[in-house]
Amino acid sequence: MTFQSTDTYVATSDLSLAVNAAITLQRPLLIKGEPGTGKTLLAEELARSLQTRLITWHIKSTTKAQQGLYEYDAVSRLRDSQLGVEGVNDVRNYLRKGKLWEAFESGERVVLLIDEIDKADIEFPNDLLQELDRMEFYVYETDETIRARHRPIIVITSNNEKELPDAFLRRCFFHYIVFPDAATLEKIIAVHYPDIDKALVDEALAMFFQLRDLPNIKKKPSTSELIDWLKLLLADRIPASALRERDPGKAIPPLYGALIKNEQDVQLLERLAFMHRRQSR
Amino acid sequence: MLIGLFNAVRAAGVPVSLRELLDLHGALKAHVAFADQEDFYELTRLIWVKDERHYDRFDQAFGAWWQGVASQPLTPGAVIPEDWLRRDFMRQLSDEEKAAIEKLGGLDALMEAFRQRLAEQKERHAGGNKWIGTGGSSPFGSGGFHPEGIRVGQGGNRSAVKVWDKRQFRGLADDAELGVRNLQMALRRLRRFARHGAQEEFDLGGTIDATARDAGLLNVKMRPERRNAIKVLLLLDIGGSMDDHVNACEQLFTAARGEFKRLTHYYFHNCVYERLWQGDGGTYSNSISTMEVLRTHPPDTRLIFVGDAAMAPYEITHTGGSVEHNNPEPGGIWLQRLAAKFPRLAWLNPMPQDSWNYTVSNRLITEILGPRMFELTPNGIELAMRELVR
Repeated sequence: MTFQSTDTYVATSDLSLAVNAAITLQRPLLIKGEPGTGKTLLAEELARSLQTRLITWHIKSTTKAQQGLYEYDAVSRLRDSQLGVEGVNDVRNYLRKGKLWEAFESGERVVLLIDEIDKADIEFPNDLLQELDRMEFYVYETDETIRARHRPIIVITSNNEKELPDAFLRRCFFHYIVFPDAATLEKIIAVHYPDIDKALVDEALAMFFQLRDLPNIKKKPSTSELIDWLKLLLADRIPASALRERDPGKAIPPLYGALIKNEQDVQLLERLAFMHRRQSR
Repeated sequence: MLIGLFNAVRAAGVPVSLRELLDLHGALKAHVAFADQEDFYELTRLIWVKDERHYDRFDQAFGAWWQGVASQPLTPGAVIPEDWLRRDFMRQLSDEEKAAIEKLGGLDALMEAFRQRLAEQKERHAGGNKWIGTGGSSPFGSGGFHPEGIRVGQGGNRSAVKVWDKRQFRGLADDAELGVRNLQMALRRLRRFARHGAQEEFDLGGTIDATARDAGLLNVKMRPERRNAIKVLLLLDIGGSMDDHVNACEQLFTAARGEFKRLTHYYFHNCVYERLWQGDGGTYSNSISTMEVLRTHPPDTRLIFVGDAAMAPYEITHTGGSVEHNNPEPGGIWLQRLAAKFPRLAWLNPMPQDSWNYTVSNRLITEILGPRMFELTPNGIELAMRELVR
């Protein structure tokens, strides 16, 4: 059972090798890459192609490692005890299972996505070492150890906002998603819009790479933004010729809002267009 | 087993440990990659390299190692009967290609010529029209234009050797190369700075939780307020005299980048003038006007200079005193402007403190900025952070 490009996701050969190696050797796979290159999507597609469940654990700056294991809801228990509710004696009724517990006790092998691990506190990855390594953890309240019945396939994404500790990295396989080249991008577009006009794609790609190559641009547009932009172009029925008309005085592409997310970048483009106009005069 | 590669990669400065070596063997045993050099390269990189900043160094080490392996006297012709190869080879060709081979005097002649060239050629080659290599019009090699050519090396859509020869990760390697983790001390100082500046606040959720755990007895919890929102502007000197301190600066920079959400950094050469640089290229296109930096950062931004403050005094005091260009205003004016806009600032100096008084420029800067220069050591950073949160 190997992972390859699906009809909705284009995986380069090194990416599928990385995924397959991680599955075979049962290691967590750490994925980095520019925002918008399909890191989170990978886990979804992986679960789909393995026909299994995807459990997603979104990490926020306030997330604690313990929350992925379980939380003890003492407040409910106190209230229940005052009301005399049935079952208050058993602490098990007040343990809220976290995503890891959920993945561990699943009856089949699931895909567990730990999304944007770099958002959490700097100690967060260290707190998960044992759990990821041995796939087990200890529940103090009930004095029992939870073990994974089937080792889940773990995909971890990071946007590089924080350095991850070495001990954690040692336990992972690491893959960096390179920004796709024009040929791969064309494949990706074909997957999303099978019957798009070839001329439009060519023009759009040329413009897109031109934008990415601009010096000083704050946020380079990425794959997902390209896809959104094409969607808009299609919806507005903008013909390829409108893009082809490379009048330097109109350096701003139509519907640029989908591509450029920063007003300073828009200003940069306007300034460039202005300079072109002045030169050509 | 692969110890040569292991040592080569370690020597190149990629932190690989025994565990990863064993992992690679495990993966090879599981046949994740088998008899395909490109897969092997990708697999090794997947397991051994944990940071994209190390990709470039890995590529170089791997390339050098691979050249050594590839030059082992193990030509396929010596081991596998040549007829088999040839039959397989001919099967892959279209009729047109077969006709083209005939044009060159048949497959035998072509193979013979190939063998001769290979024997004559001693080095890797790219371009040109005779030698075996990449991108040329010789009949031998890959990525070329000669219609009757032999493609040396296989693989999907690219030539195998090229993958690591491309060195596409070079750009990722040069921003910072030392792991921050070993700079724990400085990191902790910076972190305290980031969480500092606020009183303890009442932790409602924690109190309720603790109270419930105590079966209803009130148990008040306090916690420090999180203040990671501090904005930091880092100005780094990359003038010539700073070359000796590159390591220390990189470590500080990497630690700071991990710690502060809003960290911007610019480079200057010796002294601050009307433009600052965003990369270390020093070209106009990646520079930004200092005025714009002043304008776009709010006054509560913490300004940290990193530099040895060793320059000619006239770089600070005189118009046109810069060593690189004719500056319309002296550096001192720009320092004053920055100090006026950002009252919370500190200067970190990688030189030991007792040497500071020997340079005139150092005294001049202290006059302009006040006694806010600190050593670039964990202790000095702590003092600087105290200065910045005051």
